[in-house]
Amino acid sequence: MQSQTPFGYLRHTDQDRTEADMAEHPVVVVGAGPVGLSFAIDMAQRGQSVVLLDDADRIGEGSRAICFSKRSLEYWDRLGVGDRMVDKGVVWNVGRIFHGPSQIYQFNLLPEQGHKRPAFINLQQFYAEAYLIDRVRDLPAINLRWRNKVIGLEQRNNAVILTVETPDGPFRMRASYVVACDGARSSLRQMVGAEFTGKVFEDQFLIADVKMTAEFPTERWFWFDPPFHAGRSALLHKQPDDIWRIDLQLHPDADPIVEKRPENVRPRIARMLGHENFDFEWISLYKFQCRRMSKFTHGRVMFAGDAAHQVSPFGARGANSGLEDAENLAWKLDRVLRRQSPETLLDSYHTERSAAADENIRESTRSTDFMAPSSRQEARLRAAVLTLASETEFAKRMINAGRLSIPSVYDSPLCSADCDVWHGGPPPGASMPDAPIGGRDESIQYLTEAFIRSGLGFTLLDFSDGGRVDAPEDVEVIRVPIGNGSSDMGGMASERFDAAPAATYLLRPDGYIAARFRHPTRSALEAAVARAAGMN
Amino acid sequence: MKLSTSSNFAKPDDAFRVIVEQHRGLTDEQSAALDAALVLILANHIGDIDVLQQALALAKRTAGTSQQPQQQQQQPQQQQQQQQQ
Repeated sequence: MQSQTPFGYLRHTDQDRTEADMAEHPVVVVGAGPVGLSFAIDMAQRGQSVVLLDDADRIGEGSRAICFSKRSLEYWDRLGVGDRMVDKGVVWNVGRIFHGPSQIYQFNLLPEQGHKRPAFINLQQFYAEAYLIDRVRDLPAINLRWRNKVIGLEQRNNAVILTVETPDGPFRMRASYVVACDGARSSLRQMVGAEFTGKVFEDQFLIADVKMTAEFPTERWFWFDPPFHAGRSALLHKQPDDIWRIDLQLHPDADPIVEKRPENVRPRIARMLGHENFDFEWISLYKFQCRRMSKFTHGRVMFAGDAAHQVSPFGARGANSGLEDAENLAWKLDRVLRRQSPETLLDSYHTERSAAADENIRESTRSTDFMAPSSRQEARLRAAVLTLASETEFAKRMINAGRLSIPSVYDSPLCSADCDVWHGGPPPGASMPDAPIGGRDESIQYLTEAFIRSGLGFTLLDFSDGGRVDAPEDVEVIRVPIGNGSSDMGGMASERFDAAPAATYLLRPDGYIAARFRHPTRSALEAAVARAAGMN
Repeated sequence: MKLSTSSNFAKPDDAFRVIVEQHRGLTDEQSAALDAALVLILANHIGDIDVLQQALALAKRTAGTSQQPQQQQQQPQQQQQQQQQ
């Protein structure tokens, strides 16, 4: 397959060390998927050395995760790979929902104006991984080792000792912290003895990636009970390279081996597309579970992405939430390694991201239940929604064919509660919305771009008509001129942040709001920074 | 808001009658489908998740589909969870 780019195993001098003199690393990341790669890049950009291990020697096959959210793209912009992702990806805005042969609902995701990035792009996971690996190669601080499989893990008071299997045999090394991004079947999760329980869904889904050059709109089409696949659901979604993702829900008693045969898949898809001009790129079957670890941190081992939580695929909450894990953990671990913050700051990683996982599981479970009603009356209620939807707005909004991923708002000990009156804008715990700020510098037209320039620490957004905020030491300031004659085009920035002159938002290094003030004092800002850094 | 269980129709017999008549001549399957649509329409008209939950709890208890004493204790908990969400 085109997606398989082999990477060579290279013996490392760590493997020549004796037990008494084993190598010692601040951070070892296990798993070079989108989450592990992004996390490693983030840490390297913060000046940390990272050893990144992967048990394979190639990028995984098949398109797998294909929907990447605006939040993920903004993170990848900070990691220096956003443009490549967006240039290659397919931007889509229109979704249609069909019931039987007829369309019952159409939605447009086209976001309001004034955002650098679209709501979503579709991009095969193997492209995302390839671009991230290219970026890793620019960063000497990351040591990426293929065919290094962790087979043992011992927690010590001040380190973790990993035993790693390689083609040259096993070796051992010490890590101050280990970040496990080793996927849904995480072996590190088993090694720390963590439970991983949740709801199992019986329905099987068949994924087919087909290549077709025929004209077809760049839209997301979802069918309930389509004529070509009676009683089940189907999804059609466009990827780059004239590839289309098709998801077919199978009957729970369908024989997966029979269903997967191209000669059985082909006629169904021909009826779906209305023609036979397509070729198969990839066919895969899956069942899924919605579950998470009860603790995302185990001593000095932190879990991120599918290793920590799994959701159903409807809603694009898998890879996107894993990337949110990475951005949440990187700045905290960096501060702890630099002894700028106490180790307890890492507890907030679990607090914030496990709540986000619960939200993602709740949303995606609801979508899945809507697609696969579990009783006759549940099926009747769904049928009523689908039928009512053709003439009522309320029922259209009840149709749940996947609620697409948006970042959680953290209820976090790192946030300082509002002490002023706000009628809008992102509250503490929310992620920073983008807005055009139209600076003189061509490359800083959006808030997200200014945020990248402001560095890697805490940042103040200072909405100003001339005055200047008294910023604490080591806190960068982004000035957003508002009011008459300012560059706040159409007032979008001040509206999105409910900002009047002197309004100030404190951003964490991951771009989440830690606190906000109408008229900040330096001491209030200092207290909010200390709180956000886990220092009280 | 609290679920209203006082009599709201000027002519309660008319209200009961108009519902019952819709089911005349329907099979159980058709009646169940009708009720499903009606519940969703009325729920949206109420538009208040707390009132809806109180109505569901009352319906469930009186229809004999819940264990009585437990349900009454659980109800406030469920509401609390909903608010947290």
